[in-house]
Amino acid sequence: MAIKKIFKTPDEAIADISDGATIMVGGFGHAIDRPQTLIKALANRGVKNLTLISNSAGVAGKLGIGSLGGKPFIDEEILIEKGQVRKVICSVPASLVMSRPNAFERLYREGKIELEYAPQGTLAERIRAGGAGLGGFYTATGVGTLIEKGKEKRTIDGKEMILEFALRADYALTRAYKADTMGNLVYKGIMRSFNAVMPLAVKVAIVEVEEIVETGELDPEVIITPGIFIDRIVKIPKEEG
Amino acid sequence: MKERLSREVIALRAAKEFFDGAVVNLGGGVPSLAANFVPEGRTVIFHAENGVLGFGPVPSSESEAQPHWMGANGLPFLPLPGMCFFHHADSFGMIRGGHIDITVLGALQVSEKGDLANWTFPERGVGNIGGGMDLAFCCKRVIVAMEHITPKGELKILTKCTYPMTAPHCVSLIVTDIAVMAVSEAGLVLEEVAPGWTVEEVQALTEPKLRVAKDIKEMQL
Repeated sequence: MAIKKIFKTPDEAIADISDGATIMVGGFGHAIDRPQTLIKALANRGVKNLTLISNSAGVAGKLGIGSLGGKPFIDEEILIEKGQVRKVICSVPASLVMSRPNAFERLYREGKIELEYAPQGTLAERIRAGGAGLGGFYTATGVGTLIEKGKEKRTIDGKEMILEFALRADYALTRAYKADTMGNLVYKGIMRSFNAVMPLAVKVAIVEVEEIVETGELDPEVIITPGIFIDRIVKIPKEEG
Repeated sequence: MKERLSREVIALRAAKEFFDGAVVNLGGGVPSLAANFVPEGRTVIFHAENGVLGFGPVPSSESEAQPHWMGANGLPFLPLPGMCFFHHADSFGMIRGGHIDITVLGALQVSEKGDLANWTFPERGVGNIGGGMDLAFCCKRVIVAMEHITPKGELKILTKCTYPMTAPHCVSLIVTDIAVMAVSEAGLVLEEVAPGWTVEEVQALTEPKLRVAKDIKEMQL
């Protein structure tokens, strides 16, 4: 066990992320599944021209939708409103409440940010494919809609399908419940979402967790993410989460 | 203005389509209310695309809610025996793989061919596809539950959708606050009308010509 994966602070864990990086940001959209600590550190670091691959473009945190008691929480919006993001690949770019547009919508209307729509299942599978060493796959989802634009079409088993390419990235920022020092991860409830898919598809997978335990303390029967996929682990500071 | 059914009653009627043992995914808004109206004696396994199967109702008190027990609609749920969790790739594998029997979705527009438009409209310029496309394309049965017309009085059931498409030819049943219509090869078949409504009145709020089912009846609630 020569590789040291535990980082003392979120800032140290993301210290080498530089301008122009492509970053996968985990979670579905709830307070508990978003890597809030790491997103905040990235906002503080101030790097620019980022491409984000995420389920959303920061649509719920400020509204407190998906947290207990409607408490606001951190999501991509803090990166987007600071002008750190060049492009987002996601399924949910716009605010969940139409009368309260998010930073993404404002910048998108001004032509200052790029968007690539991916239906949620297609997004998940493109990331899974990237992590599994595949080039892409065919899916029926999107045929006859704006999603099919420019994509190769094929009829497979009598069904029209489009070719979707795999996604890979430089970094993944994700959240789990517990890690051991080898990086083996367990989750709690709905936390798996994109968090358990993205670490496989990146060069450097960074995870924030509520608790870090010694190797051997996690039951091998319940480990969801094998430690070989995880490069850096940070414990969520007490006041957050 | 004639009385229309409430959002809850639309959901109640849609829930009558849930068969015993069905795996069901509910969209936000009116569809999500259908969880409260599973017909007595039937067990339904609810799927939420953020990675849970077999979850229970929204807790009645805040103290029972847990941050890691929340559905795709942003609301907390209570656990049920047999509930399980999984990641997004598996969750949408379930959807694309045809393992979800029924999805109930809201709609901005539905066409007589069963085309669904429910993710944005041109004036907004941007919109949220989310998991809706995968659900509409791949679930065994797609039911739309919605108000028959918009609050401004615009028609939503059209010969052809004018808003960006979610999925073509996917809807099999439309449940609204005034009627129930099945999508057939020949167009929409009016099967039920809400109490107090006539076929002509429903037709007046529906663009395509409705065929009337031989055994048309009042909606049973």
